[in-house]
Amino acid sequence: MIKAILIFNNHGKPRLSKFYQPYSEDTQQQIIRETFHLVSKRDENVCNFLEGGLLIGGSDNKLIYRHYATLYFVFCVDSSESELGILDLIQRWFFHSLEHVGNSVVTVFPLWLSQIFEEEGVLSMHKVFVETLDKCFENVCELDLIFHVDKVHNILAEMVMGGMVLETNMNEIVTQIDAQNKLEKSETFIFQSPRQDR
Amino acid sequence: MALKMVKGSIDRMFDKNLQDLVRGIRNHKEDEAKYISQCIDEIKQELKQDNIAVKANAVCKLTYLQMLGYDISWAAFNIIEVMSASKFTFKRIGYLAASQCFHEGTDVIMLTTNQIRKDLSSPSQYDTGVALTGLSCFVTPDLARDLANDIMTLMSHTKPYIRKKAVLIMYKVFLKYPESLRPAFPRLKEKLEDPDPGVQSAAVNVICELARRNPKNYLSLAPLFFKLMTSSTNNWVLIKIIKLFGALTPLEPRLGKKLIEPLTNLIHSTSAMSLLYECVNTVIAVLISLSSGMPNHSASIQLCVQKLRILIEDSDQNLKYLGLLAMSKILRTHPKSVQAHKDLVLQCLDDKDESIRLRALDLLYGMVSKKNLMEIVKKLMTHVDKAEGTTYRDELLTKIIDICSQSNYQHITNFEWYISILVELTRLEGTRHGHLIAAQMLDVAIRVKAIRRFAVAQMSALLDSAHLVASSPQRSGICEVLYAAAWICGEFSEHLQEPQQTLEAMLRPKVTTLPGHIQAVYVQNVVKLYAAILQQKEQAADASAAQEVTQLLVERLPQFVQSADLEVQERASCILQLVKHVQKLQAKDVPVAEEVSSLFAGELNPVAPKAQKKVPIPEGLDLDAWINEPLSDSESEDEKPKAMFQDEEQRHTKPRAPEADEQELARVRPDSHSGLWPMLLQRREARRQEQANNPFYIKSSPSPQKRYQDAPGVEHIPVVQIDLSVPLKVPGMPLSDQYVKLEEERRHRQRLEKDKRKKKKRERERRGTRRHSSLHTESDEDIAPAQRVDIITEEMPENALPSDEDDKDPNDPYRALDIDLDKPLADSEKLPVQKHRNAETSKSPEKEDVPLVEKKSKKPRKKEKKHKEKEREKKKKEVEKGEDLDFWLSTTPPPATPAPEELEVNTTVTVLKEEQEEPRGEEQDADEDREQDLEKKPSKHKKKKHKKDKEERPKDKRKSKKKVPPTDEEAAEPVENGTLDEEPLPPMSSYTLLAENSYIKMTYDVQGSLQKDSQVTVSVVLENQSDSFLKSMELNVLDSLNARLARPEGSSVHDGVPVPFQLPPGISNEAQFVFTIQSIVMAQKLKGTLSFIAKNDEGSTHEKLDFKLHFTCTSYLVTTPCYSDAFAKLLESGDLSMSSIKVDGISMSFHNLLAKICFHHHFSVVERVDSCASMYSRSIQGHHVCLLVKKGEKSVSVDGKCSDPTLLSNLLEEMKETLATC
Repeated sequence: MIKAILIFNNHGKPRLSKFYQPYSEDTQQQIIRETFHLVSKRDENVCNFLEGGLLIGGSDNKLIYRHYATLYFVFCVDSSESELGILDLIQRWFFHSLEHVGNSVVTVFPLWLSQIFEEEGVLSMHKVFVETLDKCFENVCELDLIFHVDKVHNILAEMVMGGMVLETNMNEIVTQIDAQNKLEKSETFIFQSPRQDR
Repeated sequence: MALKMVKGSIDRMFDKNLQDLVRGIRNHKEDEAKYISQCIDEIKQELKQDNIAVKANAVCKLTYLQMLGYDISWAAFNIIEVMSASKFTFKRIGYLAASQCFHEGTDVIMLTTNQIRKDLSSPSQYDTGVALTGLSCFVTPDLARDLANDIMTLMSHTKPYIRKKAVLIMYKVFLKYPESLRPAFPRLKEKLEDPDPGVQSAAVNVICELARRNPKNYLSLAPLFFKLMTSSTNNWVLIKIIKLFGALTPLEPRLGKKLIEPLTNLIHSTSAMSLLYECVNTVIAVLISLSSGMPNHSASIQLCVQKLRILIEDSDQNLKYLGLLAMSKILRTHPKSVQAHKDLVLQCLDDKDESIRLRALDLLYGMVSKKNLMEIVKKLMTHVDKAEGTTYRDELLTKIIDICSQSNYQHITNFEWYISILVELTRLEGTRHGHLIAAQMLDVAIRVKAIRRFAVAQMSALLDSAHLVASSPQRSGICEVLYAAAWICGEFSEHLQEPQQTLEAMLRPKVTTLPGHIQAVYVQNVVKLYAAILQQKEQAADASAAQEVTQLLVERLPQFVQSADLEVQERASCILQLVKHVQKLQAKDVPVAEEVSSLFAGELNPVAPKAQKKVPIPEGLDLDAWINEPLSDSESEDEKPKAMFQDEEQRHTKPRAPEADEQELARVRPDSHSGLWPMLLQRREARRQEQANNPFYIKSSPSPQKRYQDAPGVEHIPVVQIDLSVPLKVPGMPLSDQYVKLEEERRHRQRLEKDKRKKKKRERERRGTRRHSSLHTESDEDIAPAQRVDIITEEMPENALPSDEDDKDPNDPYRALDIDLDKPLADSEKLPVQKHRNAETSKSPEKEDVPLVEKKSKKPRKKEKKHKEKEREKKKKEVEKGEDLDFWLSTTPPPATPAPEELEVNTTVTVLKEEQEEPRGEEQDADEDREQDLEKKPSKHKKKKHKKDKEERPKDKRKSKKKVPPTDEEAAEPVENGTLDEEPLPPMSSYTLLAENSYIKMTYDVQGSLQKDSQVTVSVVLENQSDSFLKSMELNVLDSLNARLARPEGSSVHDGVPVPFQLPPGISNEAQFVFTIQSIVMAQKLKGTLSFIAKNDEGSTHEKLDFKLHFTCTSYLVTTPCYSDAFAKLLESGDLSMSSIKVDGISMSFHNLLAKICFHHHFSVVERVDSCASMYSRSIQGHHVCLLVKKGEKSVSVDGKCSDPTLLSNLLEEMKETLATC
């Protein structure tokens, strides 16, 4: 089970939080803060697993995270999840979120992406990848995520449901998301202001 | 209207949308809170508007604010409004908000039930999808109960998108509403073989999650998963399945054997690291489960270790980490194969990544042996010095102590070395683990008698330099060691070289800056020292020196009397008075030493931390019983003693804490009151006072524990002895390094002497194993301990085992899901259905083939059917692996690689042949027996092979021989547990034939339900017996005045009710129809027709089948449990009329008879005495029916009582018919 999914930036500001167990808002913020504290003091070249997510659940839990440019993507999972599998999932989610919310990124990445999602050799390519990212998209991706949290949520909802991985096939997810967006567009309302698209 | 809309859109021009909000927050960095509260005010205004778009926008913003930590529960109702919007755009916003902030405590959540149900059945798959996603986050027990059936219907939705979500959410439903697990499970299982990979993956996910918590209930699915594992290409699914197998193998070693080969293949073939890693993990789990039985898996271990080494050597830190993690699992059972990679592990200790260092430390724990302990600890000590940051250093410290103290100090050959390591550790800056070191010092000093002299010397030195240890405030953690030092010096003062010097060190004014509990120990042990010195001086007849010591105490003790700590103050003043008294006696030249030292006579022995818990409760003592009824509820006094006991409980649970040591030590020979440790005495006295004041305290006779304490003599204390070599004497305070050197020299000497000692070696080996049953490598045996070591084992009550199986946490939410899934569904186990509609059946076709039968008898029947089916369907195919786990496990795996030890077993072949041949001969009628069934398949298997390949025969036979017998044994216990008390019940089915023709066969069963009075559900199983495809089935009955079929709204009484499925050839399925009954006292029949279209290659025809539905009175009864006292009251009430019947010529056993009545007539047994039983049931309209069933020689009489005489007589008539067939 996935217990929680968090995205926050280098300063610990939450950019997305999804808890699969009920917590009060205060506890949620505390969890985010402490997770940030744990994750942010780690070097860049250390492993992506952290034991002792003490706040959520118990010793069974692990934090699995990735750091892209200015953002931390953190999954808190228990022992039933495969560590490497989740890492891979974060990777896919990240790029697809970008693809969907950040126009600028779309044009650059598809080729990269298709190669990477095909195989699971993600890990070895990961470093090269992050470095490129850091250079090109320092601020772009964070801003994109900030302004389109709801869209990132929607992608996430197609991937993980109630703490369990729903779909890992990215093509399937993309198809569903596109169909939903189309549906949303078709629901044009007469009172829609042009501002909506700004 | 139009104007309003325009106005709305103008308003919206000024509304912020989410992007504006985010931008605004970013622009108001300095007064963010103020800005947000302003925004919330705006949002509140927006929520008041009628325009749903405005509301949705507001809710969208709220969701963002929730993430920032703002409580938005006040908007819960508005969120529900947005959820119920008709447009998907808004709905999605609403559900997202709900999923972020709703939880079980949200009170408006109950308002959502109908909305969610509506969305679930929406024609748009995305409405349904979004509702399922939302529900998965906030499902409550109520929602789960009310929606379980709807979700289950969705599991068979035509769109895979919905199916996979419905399947996945079932896990959440199970958690909240465990009753749904059994009815839903067959369908869930079905979904494991769904054509859509996404649905399949979801089902695997759910079952893995379920099985992880209660693996034993899912063992029977192993064959199915095995098939999936060998066929699936989806890595994610494979990983899940492989993880699941890891959880199952410990329960079933045969499964492990079967798994090894495919897993090994995967390890070799896969390129995905994640899959490789999980395979290795599961192979390890298999090897662990097999480790006792099968020694010949070194190849697999080697493969795993080798692959892990590759991972650890990888530059990717993640792989390194995981490799170490998996390595530590192998270590537990196969330490040798890991020990070979010590270099690698030590290398990882230097890694810059803390996670990796910690993992490596874990591994070290298992790698130490007598041989390398000193070396490894030395390496760790250098790391301690280098370590930056206290967390890692503290971790190192605890690991050093763990490594050294593991399995009763198994690897320590030289305790002097260990003590000096401990002393060195006290020089650590700012560690939090002073108490750990202290506990070790105490433990070693108490339990290793031979080391006491050395320990005392070290401790007195430590006390002397106490100012170093306790100087700076941030070292407060480490001053705990002074606690241990003081106690050791006091308790074993006879070993002190210079007791007076130590005494003075303990009385220094600086001591008063120490924490209270340490001072208390100081004070107490000062007296012990004092007693020792007095004795020494008096023996030397040095009266003046004795008086000097007394004087010193009289002078110094007052500084403790002034202490702010109560304990210190109390002890000090008590002791001060004692010393003053002694002073007076000394002045009169009375010898006092004897009496003073008798205060501390006897020896303290360690008591195991769990000993107290293990003391058996004396027979006849009921701790829960009241002696006097409580006076009133508001009695506050009875909380006090409770609190006190709780306190003790806590102390027991942390045995390492130094305070606990006081409690864990029992002085063996307390010859008088004064012989007891005064503190214990005080505490006990205090408790006694409490208890005396407490009217509810149960004064027990002396407990066994106490008696045990009083038992005289030390002889009974188990002492393990190792008598080798001479103690090593090192003067002064040596460094641990010196010991390492000395140890090396010693070992070298030993090696030289080894030849001489060869004869003795065997003896020693025997002793060695007596001490520790666990890991011993040969090289370990060569190293003799440096000291004569007596490790006193901790005291335990007799017959108590030190290992404590801690009970499962009763609050574990997963416990409720520990449900036997192999049991057939009981009639009562149906998901609550909201409407009276022909709900699609809750059972899988597989279940429906098989009429409901009683638990035990079902197994063979089910199999038999399935078997027949299989034969029909797959005549030409290889006989597929049966569902039955035992059978599956007993067959050999696909014979790709021959077993290595193949050719040794020729002798058994002939014997075996006969065994195998026999059932083959009886193949035609071998259906009913389970064992025969089991053997038949292997034999077939064999027959085929036999033709193909003669050489493989012996192997094949040997295997089936080897595996069949355990199958038989095991079949007896796990599968059919529970009902072994009496003879097996005959198969029973409540389904009776309704009608049949060449196309279709109908069987039916009628069930009442207590919730909806006057309604019964008729479950009709329709089985297609033709080659045609049956569709457009419709069932219609001629309603009578008394009974009517519930039809969909809007249809007339002449319309039929459509059957919600179609039937391909050979398939059966179940449909349910609801009937409303007016009067239930009489049985009745309804005429009806089933019409359908049969379609085959030649075309389609309309067909009809007439039937008569028989509603017996029995079918109006609902099995309802009743307690005997309620039953007695019911009988006494006198409202019931009575009637009775008698049936002769019954040969069936009483047990079976009762079972039959229970099953066919829906009764439950209230009480059974010998051949007489009372039974109870209730009608759907609330009539009570009580029975008294008596069995005579060959007859049975049934006396019935019921609130309606007609109903009773009809029921008894029906029962007579049933009994007549017995």
